[in-house]
Amino acid sequence: MEEKIIYGVTALFDSPNNLVKAVKSVNEAGYRKYDVHTSYPIHGMPKAMKLKPSKLAYFALAFGLTGTTLAFLFITWTMSIDYKLVIGGKPFFALPAFIPVIFEVTVLLASIGTVLTMLFYFFKFPNNKHPLHDTEYMQKVSGDGFGICIEAKDNNFDEEKIKSFLSNIGGLNVTSIFYDSVELNHKNKVFEPKFIGFLILVFILISGATYFSLNKLIYMPPFTWMHDQNRLDAQESSVMFGDGFGMRPPVDGTVARNQMPYPYSGHPELALNLVNPSAPTKENYELGKKKFDIYCSPCHGYFGKGDGRLNNQFITPPSLQSEKIRNWKDGQIFHVITEGQNSMPSYAKQILPEERWAIVDYVRVIQRAMNAKEEDIK
Amino acid sequence: MTNNNLNFGYEKKPVPGYFLKMGAILAGIGIILIILSLFVDPVRSSFNSLIMFAFMISIALGSIFLIALEYIAGAVWSVPFRRVLEGIGLIIFVVPIFAIPVLLNIHTLFSWTHPEVIATDSILKNKAPYLNTTFFYVRLVAFFALWFLFYYLFTSNSKKQDATGNQALTKRNIKLAAAFLPVFAITISLTAIDWLMALSPHWFSTIFAVYYFAGSVLAALSIWAIISITLNENGILVKGLKSDHYYSFGALLFAFINFWAYIAFSQFMLIWYANLPEETFWYIARGTGSWMYFSIGMIVVHFIVPYIFLLPQPAKMDPKRVKWAAIWILFAHFYDLYWIVMPTLDKNGLSVSWMDFAYLIFGIGLIFVVFSLWSKNRNLVPIGDPKMKQSMEFEL
Repeated sequence: MEEKIIYGVTALFDSPNNLVKAVKSVNEAGYRKYDVHTSYPIHGMPKAMKLKPSKLAYFALAFGLTGTTLAFLFITWTMSIDYKLVIGGKPFFALPAFIPVIFEVTVLLASIGTVLTMLFYFFKFPNNKHPLHDTEYMQKVSGDGFGICIEAKDNNFDEEKIKSFLSNIGGLNVTSIFYDSVELNHKNKVFEPKFIGFLILVFILISGATYFSLNKLIYMPPFTWMHDQNRLDAQESSVMFGDGFGMRPPVDGTVARNQMPYPYSGHPELALNLVNPSAPTKENYELGKKKFDIYCSPCHGYFGKGDGRLNNQFITPPSLQSEKIRNWKDGQIFHVITEGQNSMPSYAKQILPEERWAIVDYVRVIQRAMNAKEEDIK
Repeated sequence: MTNNNLNFGYEKKPVPGYFLKMGAILAGIGIILIILSLFVDPVRSSFNSLIMFAFMISIALGSIFLIALEYIAGAVWSVPFRRVLEGIGLIIFVVPIFAIPVLLNIHTLFSWTHPEVIATDSILKNKAPYLNTTFFYVRLVAFFALWFLFYYLFTSNSKKQDATGNQALTKRNIKLAAAFLPVFAITISLTAIDWLMALSPHWFSTIFAVYYFAGSVLAALSIWAIISITLNENGILVKGLKSDHYYSFGALLFAFINFWAYIAFSQFMLIWYANLPEETFWYIARGTGSWMYFSIGMIVVHFIVPYIFLLPQPAKMDPKRVKWAAIWILFAHFYDLYWIVMPTLDKNGLSVSWMDFAYLIFGIGLIFVVFSLWSKNRNLVPIGDPKMKQSMEFEL
């Protein structure tokens, strides 16, 4: 191997106090590029080394503020803009309820960001080669030693001078440390295929293990006790009743709330006497048009001409525009809607009485529209 | 252990003369303003006296709590400053003076003291076994007796140690601290309930005592930091106190600012979320009209400003900056108590008057007068404390 390149000179001290004293003399001697290694933090060391406060705090602040902003924007967007839900009668933008979430995200991002910055930026992870590794010095300071290492980067570096200097201030085992060839050619390894492949492998393993354990190993079916209750659902058959139906018809003579039974069932001649109770309001005509279009127009057509959408597929109904129907009383039309006629079934179940009257009014409207008189134009 | 006091290089020096002068002038101005205020608006004056009672008692109780905390936690950094804390804690004997104007106006301040109000109010009727004047006075006397007792025991042991350096006295104070802390927890909670929460006797908040505790510790820490740093600037405390020692003042102030904000927000958010009328009216009173701006101002004054100011590490280690932060926080504590008490009086909105500061000026002055008189024939550093040597070598 060709000429070795020096990394630095190390020395060991037997107690933390002596190390602190040594650091002070190293500082006084004008050396700046040096580091100390101990197996636990020593109080007063940062001051003895004249360390500036770590820059890590600024990263923590930046990540924390990022977390605050992101959480605030995200929760505001989801809760107040994109998917508004009324929760406990609070306003959509309920800042007090957001604050715990914002706080948590701030702490989370600050701590994760700080750890990752420390690893990847300050510790240069995943680079794991360092000249001090696998030396006797590192073994010692990982146990009961207190060491100092003056690096060759220092402007005043002179191997022999530093060796004697360190011995003079009480350093033991003064040794020079040299670079390995690997360490000399070291470059940033974050984008190395090996490292990225490793990350992908870890990702696959962890997500796979999570999926397997949660969805297979300890999978529990979601609880269904609210859905599966000991009662009959609509349309289910029952063994309890003779006819096998689960749903029971109302008792004979039952009258729905707020509904009067139609008094002239089977007596169209009496329906002539019915009086149309509806008022000629805009709302009433609109209701009539709506109901007519839904229930009547499929067969009778939008203008009652008997040309509905089911024309030729079904029995063609008579026109509502005929002379006969135009001369019917309101009560007669009402009766037909209620009871049905010929092929037309009863619509009493689908259409409420007041809606039927509204339809009658609307039928009058389209009749008049198709047979307008001269005076209507004025 | 033998008495090796002189190792610390402590020499007894008098506190600066302006402590007494400034204190006396402030107290004098305060007295004049208080008497004036009694003629101008006795009702307002009584509310101000209640704020100041709560303010003074929070400083006194907070100080005794911090003494106990040092013993029970085995804290090292605070030992050179403990005697200052004992001097501030002495105002526990002065606090009853501030109770007098409150008790004279008890019927103006507290609606639950009127039998005719209780008779027509079923809620107050149910609370009457606790909230009645007899039991109120019993609690007052019993609590002060307990506080006097513990203060006396702590400080007399500490004083004896100056002469003998007897380690057993520290051990005795540690046991005393263990006994005091539960007593402190109960008494400060009930004090907060009796004097502040009972202003709106229908209102209740289970976290309110913790809220008052957070403010108390902040107030005691602040005045402790102000006096300790001023004394050390004048070279009156022992030589060799470094930024490492001040760091803990800064860090504790910062921690309790956060703790206060956490508790204050918890109280607000739980009441806001539950939305029960028997709790929300207290916040509605503080959240409508000009009181709303005062409430928002409190978030800024009591949390945002000191938080940002004390956030960087250098700020916590610089005695000058810690002192400014402490002065600010002491004012913020007054602001906080004003916010708790005054909406009961100024129902139509915030109206600050010169009267509101009369008791504050008097109280601050009195603290300095009491402290300088007390310091005349005392060591300002507990030179006999066995942790003293360790503390002088304290490094972060």
